[in-house]
Amino acid sequence: MSSALDQIFIHAKRWLLSWVAGAPNWVIQITSSLINIVALVAVFLTLFALISVLERKILARMQNRYGPNRVGPFGLFQPVADGIKMLIKEDIVPARADKVVHFLAPVVLAAVAILTLGVIPYGRNMTAFAINGGILFFFAVGSATELAVFMAGWASNNKFSMLGAMRAIAQMFSYELPLIIAVLPVVMAVGSLVPDTIITAQGEYTLGVVPRWFVFTPWGAAAFILFFVSGLVESNRTPFDVPEGESEIVAGHMTEYSGFKYATFFMAEYLGMFAVSGLAVTLFLGGWHAPVRMLEFVPSYVWFFLKLSALLFVYIWLRATLPRMRVDQMMNVAWKFMLPMAFTCVIATAVWHYAGRGLRGWLWSLFVIVVVYSAMSILLDTRRKFAPRVYRFAE
Amino acid sequence: MNGAVFIVISVFTLAAALAAATLPNLMHAAFCLALALLGLASFFFLLGAEFVGLALVFIYIGAVAVLIVFTILLTRRDPKEHYGLNWSGVLIALAVFAGLTWAVLKTQSLSIVPPHIRALTVKQIGQTLMTGYVWPLQCVGLLLTAALIGALVLVMEEKK
Repeated sequence: MSSALDQIFIHAKRWLLSWVAGAPNWVIQITSSLINIVALVAVFLTLFALISVLERKILARMQNRYGPNRVGPFGLFQPVADGIKMLIKEDIVPARADKVVHFLAPVVLAAVAILTLGVIPYGRNMTAFAINGGILFFFAVGSATELAVFMAGWASNNKFSMLGAMRAIAQMFSYELPLIIAVLPVVMAVGSLVPDTIITAQGEYTLGVVPRWFVFTPWGAAAFILFFVSGLVESNRTPFDVPEGESEIVAGHMTEYSGFKYATFFMAEYLGMFAVSGLAVTLFLGGWHAPVRMLEFVPSYVWFFLKLSALLFVYIWLRATLPRMRVDQMMNVAWKFMLPMAFTCVIATAVWHYAGRGLRGWLWSLFVIVVVYSAMSILLDTRRKFAPRVYRFAE
Repeated sequence: MNGAVFIVISVFTLAAALAAATLPNLMHAAFCLALALLGLASFFFLLGAEFVGLALVFIYIGAVAVLIVFTILLTRRDPKEHYGLNWSGVLIALAVFAGLTWAVLKTQSLSIVPPHIRALTVKQIGQTLMTGYVWPLQCVGLLLTAALIGALVLVMEEKK
């Protein structure tokens, strides 16, 4: 019974495919891919609509106000109203803009975000594009985001857009390094770049209670934090939303976009956030595995989306709590702290592996990380007292 | 099926490459170059060499294309200005083309049916890099680190 519920989507897909069973092989292949893509887009656009209203509700709750509560019960139909509003808005393209590139930028950005979502396993046997080297695919495709953002900034022919794009690329490049290196420990420990294999490796339970998720090892915990923070930067979310800081440069690379193109940018940002969180769940939080063996009867995709929602809640929580960081401070953290820590995680994983992957390895890798962390906190301490900021180019 | 895909990708890649070479707007040319590189990467996918294809996308579209675009942006001149035919560029292009043609014609496998080779997995590539090619890999790493430090020295604030 529970396994039937677990595999319900797989059976549904098989049933749909049985309609074209007599067709040539390539028709079946293309139909199968199309079903995957439609399912992926449908699920994540729904999640996007849901999250956009939940985010406003949660932010409102944290700021002691009501939030959207006019459309539908508890304001739940707000995304429908927003969508209609965005669709009927005028689409303004600046006269001096490069029309083709201006149009292509949001399209490329959304396409990249959807492609990266495809390699994540959402449940048992539920990976949209099961390719050899899925993790590499994620980052390879994801790296096209920078080009899309640049296209948006350049094609708008507006100095705020250009500045925003420059800032976005600077921060994305800097944080892509710790992001990718924080993934390496997991790849090393499992010995595979396939997301499904990585999840299978986390399926057991130590002493029958504690799940063997990588976040419960010292190197895994450290890498998870690094990955999460870098992911936050990659998705341009609030503590790191320098590229679109509305108090400084209007809306960054999105300044000259209006109507549905702006909505597409917004959507791509959220889809990117889902993709990075989904990858974090896959790599460190055991993917679709249940946290306790007793609860394994609950379908696997439920666990995945529960973990994803937990991470998304942290994103929203951080947005409500933290102010925006300064550009130079952000770059300093990336190069002076995050990158060395990511390399330390790689070394700690090697130590963990060679010390026998048991309690001894656990303690040794903790030792390595603690030593490097304390050494760096002493080394990087500037002993600077907090004082009013001194401006070099203003005043 | 594979033949049709090959033709589609070839047309796409050649069109993008031609556009990259002929478009008057440098920035458009750079974007078309990225497209052409994407086409090249899909050839590798078609051949089953996923790692090489992904590495191509990763490095050329994610890094090199952005670098080119930035270089154009920082050294931009008046786009209306017309530059004459660059003879040294033509010479270099002809030399590269001749070299590649020579290499392709000398390859044996054009005339005979190629044996079925299994594409290298990521694991095999990693093992080869860490055993047989460890010194070249280290040298490349050293070179890149030197370049990084050089860039840092160039932009470092001068002490007053």
